Amino acid sequence: MEQLIDNLALGFGTALSLKNLALCFLGCMVGTLIGVLPGVGPIATIAMLLPITFGIDPTGALIMLAGIYYGAQYGGSTTAILVNIPGEATSVVTVLDGHQMARQGRAGVALGIAAIGSFIAGCVATVVIAALGEPLTKLAMLFGPAEYFSLMVMGLVFAVVLARGSLPKAIAMIVLGLLLSTVGTDLETGQERLTFGVAELSDGVDFAVLAMGIFGFAEIIRNLENPEARDVVRGKIGPLLPSWADFKQSIAPIARGTGLGAILGILPGNGAVLGPFASYTLEKKIAKDPSRFGRGAIEGVAGPEAANNAGAQTAFIPLLTLGIPPNAVMALMVGAMTIHGIIPGPQVVTKNPQLFWGMIASMWIGNLMLLIINLPLVGLWVRLLKVPYSLLYPAILLFCCIGIYSINNSTSDVLFTAFFGLVGYALIKFGYEPAPLLLGFVLGKLMEEKLRQALILSRGSFMTFVERPVSAGLLLVAAVMLAIALLPSIRKSRDEVFTE
Amino acid sequence: MRTILTALSVAAAFAAGPAMAQAYPNKPITMIVPFAAGGPTDVIARIAADNMSKTLGQQIVIENVAGAGGTTGSTRTAQSVPDGYTIMMGHMGTHGAAPALYPNLKYDPTKDFEPIGMVAGTPILIVAKKTFPAKDLKEFLAKAKADGDKINEAHAGIGSVSHTTCLLLNAQAGLKPTQVPYKGTGPALNDLVSGQVDFMCDQIVNLVEQIKGGNIKAYAIATPERSPALPDVPTTKEAGLPEYQVSAWNAMFAPKGTPKDITAKLNDALQKALADENTRKRLLELGAVLPDKAGQTQDALGTFVGQEVARWTPVIKASGAVGQ
Repeated sequence: MEQLIDNLALGFGTALSLKNLALCFLGCMVGTLIGVLPGVGPIATIAMLLPITFGIDPTGALIMLAGIYYGAQYGGSTTAILVNIPGEATSVVTVLDGHQMARQGRAGVALGIAAIGSFIAGCVATVVIAALGEPLTKLAMLFGPAEYFSLMVMGLVFAVVLARGSLPKAIAMIVLGLLLSTVGTDLETGQERLTFGVAELSDGVDFAVLAMGIFGFAEIIRNLENPEARDVVRGKIGPLLPSWADFKQSIAPIARGTGLGAILGILPGNGAVLGPFASYTLEKKIAKDPSRFGRGAIEGVAGPEAANNAGAQTAFIPLLTLGIPPNAVMALMVGAMTIHGIIPGPQVVTKNPQLFWGMIASMWIGNLMLLIINLPLVGLWVRLLKVPYSLLYPAILLFCCIGIYSINNSTSDVLFTAFFGLVGYALIKFGYEPAPLLLGFVLGKLMEEKLRQALILSRGSFMTFVERPVSAGLLLVAAVMLAIALLPSIRKSRDEVFTE
Repeated sequence: MRTILTALSVAAAFAAGPAMAQAYPNKPITMIVPFAAGGPTDVIARIAADNMSKTLGQQIVIENVAGAGGTTGSTRTAQSVPDGYTIMMGHMGTHGAAPALYPNLKYDPTKDFEPIGMVAGTPILIVAKKTFPAKDLKEFLAKAKADGDKINEAHAGIGSVSHTTCLLLNAQAGLKPTQVPYKGTGPALNDLVSGQVDFMCDQIVNLVEQIKGGNIKAYAIATPERSPALPDVPTTKEAGLPEYQVSAWNAMFAPKGTPKDITAKLNDALQKALADENTRKRLLELGAVLPDKAGQTQDALGTFVGQEVARWTPVIKASGAVGQ
């Protein structure tokens, strides 16, 4: 305990220097901005800003880059709420109720609670990293391919429970998502699958391309159909700060979301994407009146936003304690550290305590800064809705295109996004929800990879999934949830819940 | 349309020929890195480009064009206008193993590029999970051979450095492990640390801290001399497998037809970077091996690429692995 305080004191001493404070602020500011712009993600931004950090010391550089990363998580929810575009896999869920709130004239409250929820989650996650980082890493090491596969199965069950409207349609969308995730080069043999000889598809479909297409472009096409319907929305902004009643309703979901997000974030292999989904499902399950979900329930924004931010921060644990990056942004942080001559690994804590603890302390400071930057800016973001659509839509389309181009510097990605935009529009017209498709897609990639690794390791025996205790436990949870969702007596009430 | 545009710009370049060559470089140079930002090749490219920009007086901008084992970015470079403003950081995979891995490859590493110069090699290590019951390379090879396909080898995907370099090891040492593919080094290393898989081969920069931290065992380094980053790890020669000599090299290339004086100028800037104390230090800290003076010339790289293609083709063909 005493050592923890010593360590944190060292960290705050480092992070509170004028230069590091300025870098932290700069990172948070840039991060928020790129998060708000649809399509321009933290990966492209950090890659572009890497050369600028050459001149700064490694601690300052990492503080700034980390600020961009969690700033983008904050900013991403703004776009999700206001224009119905999830910029990152983790903000898909925020779209569901956040955008509905915006349509009901409660955009300010949705943005406010997202910022507050994220701040609380960020504070808790900082403490978790400082106090429990190392023991938790050992826990995460228990996860082999079999455990991962079972975790993803649980995620797919979440997806079924998450769906609105008709169950067969939701399952069809999940399966379509899974199918899309299999496009590209086969992991084991290197053969191309479902690419129709198109070279650009040999690495599969990019998440951003799919998400921008079926959410972003499709939403804009749909709105062009009847611009009148949305005029009501931009008239009313609503109060910026949540009322006391809103806050009371949100605090428990925030706490639960923080817990779920923090745990899932530690798992190597991008477990963080599951956090918001898990939180949303949980809130919907335990809500007194689940029919409010999907129609602007504040819990549906507060919980997942907290989970999202907690996961974004605990994702640093495997990087800082093991030196193994759990996702693409963390892989980039590894690159940033190596460029500065620090090779991430288990020895960073002992060899560079200033860097390690300075970065952890800066996360808390960064979260505070984000709250300060964001709450006054909420008014500005909300005013975005007042921009005439004749200007707003082309601008959003343009930013989406720039963002997608910047991922791989590839024009064909932009064309694919346009294609998925048309597909998304058709899906909306036929009454299919895009969210389960996206979840199926995100989970499908990991699921196939882990399934095949697990089966190679077990030499083809499916028993591996039930013989390993952690894996068996996860499958059991999935089975129970599925039973609850499908049992006839409960299904009756479910139909009431899900049909609009 | 594209070809017309290219033709036009080539014509324009020729029209402005002498004046432009005088002024080269008079605008930023794009260096295509055919892998995602943050990986070993990207880091080496950024460190070298940082110093070269100072010498050339123009910024070298890194453009990451990842995909299909680096061949997407290499194809784009091969097809770009050869005016010296598009160059690339090639690699053992893109300019050595690719012709054997990708039957539909749209470029020939030996014919479609002008060599600029070798930048750095990162040595390959043979590593195993920390509980693997073998104390040195000899014991490891004996055990792995005896166990046949009961032993699990992790690699970072078909065509990755860890995949091809382990194919060479398996061929030379007569191993037949079960190969477990991952997407990238991170997840593969994660499962090696937690003991889900038995061994892998990979670049020193990815492994050095895990070895120092005692999370994995290193049996040998595939270079003639020990690495200062890991002085306790014996070379393959010392450990009894002298024929296993391999490193993931990184070298700069320009598209075929780039004027000689321009590639010479780039080679000169690269040699200055490799002589610069700070740049050397940063590269050596990564565990990289830098080429000697003779190895820094354009001709040396041209010859080397031919040898590499000839070396990898039979190993990969024999394994039956196909990229794309």
